[in-house]
Amino acid sequence: MAQYAFKLPDIGEGIAEAEIACWRVAVGDRVEEDQPLADMLTEKAAVEIPSPVSGRVIQLNGQAGDKVAIGSVLVLLEVEGESSGELPPAGVAKPAAPPPPAPVAAAPPPKPVTGQVPAAPAAPVVPRAAGEKPVASPAVRRRAQELGILLSYVQGSGKAGRITQEDLERFAAGGAVGSAPLSTARGPRDAVHEIRIIGLRRKIAEAMQRSKQRIPHFAYVEEVDVTALEEARAQLNANRRKDQPKLTLLPFLVEALAKALPDFPAMNARYDDEAGIVRRYEALHVGIATQTPNGLVVPVLRHAEARDLWDTAAEISRLAEAARSGKGTREELSGSTITISSLGPIGGIVTTPVINAPEVAIIGVNKIVEKPVVRGGQIVVRQCMNLSSSFDHRVIDGWDAARFIQRLRALLESPVTLLVR
Amino acid sequence: MSETIKTKVLVIGGGPGGYVAAIRAGQLGLDTVLVEADRLGGTCLIRGCIPSKALIHVAGKFEEMTRCASDDSLGIRLPAAPVLDMAEAQRWKSGVVDKLNAGVGALLRKAKVRTLNGWATFSDAKTCSVRTEKGDVTVSAEHVILANGSVPVALPDLPFGGRVLSSADALSLQELPKRLVVVGAGYIGMELGIAFARMGSHVTFVEAGPRILPLYDAQLTRPVEQWLKKHGIAVHVNARAQGLAQGPDGPVLAVANGSGPLALPCDRVLVTVGRAPNTAGWGLENMAVDMNGRWIKVDSQCRSSMRNVWAIGDLVGEPMLAHKASAQGEMVAEIIAGHRRSFDPVAIAAVCFTEPEIVGAGLSPDEAKAAGIETKVATFPFAANGRSLTMEAGADGGFVRVTARADNHLVLGLHAVGAHASELSGEFALALEMGARLEDLAGTIHVHPTMSETLPEAALAALGHAIHL
Ligand SMILES: Cc1cc2nc3c(=O)[nH]c(=O)nc-3n(C[C@H](O)[C@H](O)[C@H](O)COP(=O)(O)OP(=O)(O)OC[C@H]3O[C@@H](n4cnc5c(N)ncnc54)[C@H](O)[C@@H]3O)c2cc1C
Repeated sequence: MAQYAFKLPDIGEGIAEAEIACWRVAVGDRVEEDQPLADMLTEKAAVEIPSPVSGRVIQLNGQAGDKVAIGSVLVLLEVEGESSGELPPAGVAKPAAPPPPAPVAAAPPPKPVTGQVPAAPAAPVVPRAAGEKPVASPAVRRRAQELGILLSYVQGSGKAGRITQEDLERFAAGGAVGSAPLSTARGPRDAVHEIRIIGLRRKIAEAMQRSKQRIPHFAYVEEVDVTALEEARAQLNANRRKDQPKLTLLPFLVEALAKALPDFPAMNARYDDEAGIVRRYEALHVGIATQTPNGLVVPVLRHAEARDLWDTAAEISRLAEAARSGKGTREELSGSTITISSLGPIGGIVTTPVINAPEVAIIGVNKIVEKPVVRGGQIVVRQCMNLSSSFDHRVIDGWDAARFIQRLRALLESPVTLLVR
Repeated sequence: MSETIKTKVLVIGGGPGGYVAAIRAGQLGLDTVLVEADRLGGTCLIRGCIPSKALIHVAGKFEEMTRCASDDSLGIRLPAAPVLDMAEAQRWKSGVVDKLNAGVGALLRKAKVRTLNGWATFSDAKTCSVRTEKGDVTVSAEHVILANGSVPVALPDLPFGGRVLSSADALSLQELPKRLVVVGAGYIGMELGIAFARMGSHVTFVEAGPRILPLYDAQLTRPVEQWLKKHGIAVHVNARAQGLAQGPDGPVLAVANGSGPLALPCDRVLVTVGRAPNTAGWGLENMAVDMNGRWIKVDSQCRSSMRNVWAIGDLVGEPMLAHKASAQGEMVAEIIAGHRRSFDPVAIAAVCFTEPEIVGAGLSPDEAKAAGIETKVATFPFAANGRSLTMEAGADGGFVRVTARADNHLVLGLHAVGAHASELSGEFALALEMGARLEDLAGTIHVHPTMSETLPEAALAALGHAIHL
C-alpha cells in the first residue's frame, strides 16, 4: 500500500486559493478515479474536483468554508501497492497542514467496496427541549463549537443520550449544520442557532459588502406604462413558433438596453477604481441576477447587442436553469457589463438594488400592476411598472442616469420603436 | 509628554481573570498590555483566596497542637501549650503571597505581555489613561478586557477603619483580636471567623438572614453549625449590626434581633456582608456598556454591549469565584484570537473552607426538584470511610451526597461536607462535565484508602446497593 497526496490543482487563471464548498467523500470512503472529491469555490463558480486515482480516503484537509491554497495537499489517499507500477507520483505521507484532529482518529473501519460513495449517515435530527443541555464532555462541546454545530441537534449514542466524539463527527460529515427544522410548537423559545456564513453565501456577503462599501450608490425610480408592451408581448407569445421560447418581460428590457446604450456609453462600463480607469464596453454583457436554491448568482447573457428578442429569451432561460442547478461555468458567471435585477411577480413597488461591482449601473425591475391613470383628463386603467435603478455616483451624474432611464421608458412604452431593428 | 501605546488587547485588572486572559492572549501571539493598580494577582492572590487559606492552615496547625498539649489520644503529647506569634504567621503568609505574585509577573513576561502598574481611567470604550510612577500613559486598544474585580461592601453604620475590618484588613492583622465579632455569615465571614476562633479569638457571628451559609442547603451546613456549637461560638441569626458603642468594659457592637437588642463586646468587628463589582472610579460611564443590575452585562462569550469590549470575573456576576474568572479570561483571549468558544460549564464547583469544609457542584436535590426533575439522591457518611477515620475526620458529621436524574441516572449534583472534603471538588466537577451517570461513578475503581471512595459508595447507594453501609 502506498499513499498518494492529492494537491489542489490550478482551477482557474490567476487563482491562488479556493474555498472548500463541501466534501463529496468522507474519511474511509473508497473512491474511483474521476469520482468527485470536493466542490471548491473560486471567486465566481463552484468547481468539482475529481480524484486522479482510485483509492481509499485517509484524510481530508480542512472543512467546508476553509480556504485552501492551490498546490497544497487536499486529500490523502491510500492507493494500491507499488507493484502496479502505474502509480502517479506519490506525494508526501504527511500533509502540509494538519487537519482538525478528529477525522483521522475517527476513521471508520474499511467498508466493502461498492463503487458508489456511501453518503455519511446523518443522524436523525432531534432538537432537545428548550433549556435542556445536551450531555457531552467538554472536549466534545469544544469541538462542536469549532465545527459550528449546535449540539442540541446531535443525537447522542451513549447512555443517557451522551454525545460522543464519533456522534459529533458523524453529524458533521452529514453536513446537517444549521439545516435542522425548528420546533413548530408555539411558546417561548430561547435557542440560538449559529449558522456559519460559508460557501456561496459568504461569496454573496463579501461581494455585497464590497459593493456597498466602495460604491456611492444613488437610486433613481421611474414609472413605466407597459400596457402596450404587454399587449405586444401577448401577441408575440401567441404566435411564437414551436422552437421559440415564451417571452417574459426581461428580453424586452434587454432589447431596450441594447437600443439605448449606444447613446449612453457611460452606463455599460466597469470601473477599476484602484487603477482609476473606467472601461466602457461596446459589447453588452447583461448580468441577470437570479435566485437559486443556494442564493443569488448572476449568470451573464453575452453579446446581447447582437441577439434578437427570441434568441435573448432562449439564452436567458438556459442560463437561469444552469445557475439554478449549480452547473454554471466560470465563463457563464463572469464578465457582465451591466446587470438587471428582477424579483418577478413579487417585485414590490420600489427596490434599491446593489450594484454588481465593478459595474456602474444596475436596473431593478418591480412588478407590473394595474392602476388608474389620468390620460387626457380621463381616468383609465393601465399596466404600470417601476424601474428602480442604482448608479455609481463617482462616475455617473444624476442627470445622465435620469436621461438614460427616460430613454428606456420611452422605448418600453412604445414597443414599435423597440421592436424595429 | 505622556507616552501613548497602541495595542491589540488591553486587559484591566491583574486578578485571576485578568492575568489569565493576558497570559493566554500573549501565548496566542496577540499584542497585549495588562494594567494593574495594586499588585499582580488581584483579590485572589493578595487579599482573598490565598492569604485566607494560608491563615486557615496556620489556624488548623495551631488548634491541633493546642489539643496535643491537653489530650494525647493520638499518642502525641506536647509538654506545653503552643504559642501563636501572629506577626510571624503573617510573615510566612506574605512569603507565600510574594512567591505567587512574582510567579504571575514571570508568567506574564514569558507570554510577552506588557504590564503597566497604575490606575486606568477610560475616556472612551477603547482608550484609557494610566497613571504610573513614571507619568501618564495613554493606551488605546482594539479589544478591551475588563477584569476590574470586586470590592468589599461596607455597612453604612460600620464604615471600614479603626476597629472595623474588611476581609483584607483581617487577613493582615498583626495581632490576634481577643474578641472578634463577624458581621455576615457568608462563606468569607465563616472561613475567617472560624480560623480566628481556632487561633484563639473569642468569635461571635451576627447574621441578618435566618441561617449561616445561605448558598448551601441546611443538610450541608448542619455539620458546620454543630462545630460552632461544640466550640461555644455564638451565632445570632436574624440579627442586624447597628454600630459600635462604648460599653462599661470596652467597646460593644450594638445588634438588633428579634428578641431584643444585644451589646456584643468586641475589640474588632469584621464586616463581610458581601462583595460588589468594582464599577466606580475608572470611567465605566464613558464606555457605553449596558449593565445587568450592578454588574456589567455580557453574553455567553463575555462580550459586553460595546463592540470588542469584554468583561469577565467578579465584574460580570455570580458566582464570584477565582476559577470562574480564570476560565472566562482564557476563553475571551481565545475568542479574540479567532477561536470559536463560549462559556458553557455544566457546573462551577464552589468550596467553603470552614470547619468542616463544604464543597458543592451542580444541582442540590431541592434545586433539581424546583427544576421539575425527578431525582435519586443518596448520601454516604465519612464515618464509614476508612481514610477519614485514619485522619480523625469521621466524627464531624461529614458525608458525600449525589443527586441524579431518576430516569437515566445522569448525575446532576455532587456535594460533600467534612474534613478535607474540598479535595473532592475536582472529581465532582469532572464527573459533571463528562456527563457521568451513577453507573459511571460506581464503575470507576477508586483508590483505597482515600476519601474519594465515598463517591462510588454514594452512587451505589443511589442505585440501591451500597457495599459499606
Ligand atoms: C477573603 C476572600 C476569600 C476568597 N476565597 C476564595 C476562594 O477560596 N476561592 C475562590 O474561587 N474565590 C475566592 N474569593 C473570590 C476571588 O478572590 C474572586 O472571585 C477573584 O479574585 C475574582 O477575580 P477577578 O479577576 O474578577 O478580580 P480581582 O481578583 O478582584 O482583580 C481585579 C484587579 O483589578 C484591579 N483594578 C480594578 N480596577 C482597576 C483600574 N481601573 N486600573 C487598574 N487596576 C484595576 C484591582 O486592583 C484588582 O487587583 C475570595 C475572596 C475574598 C475577598
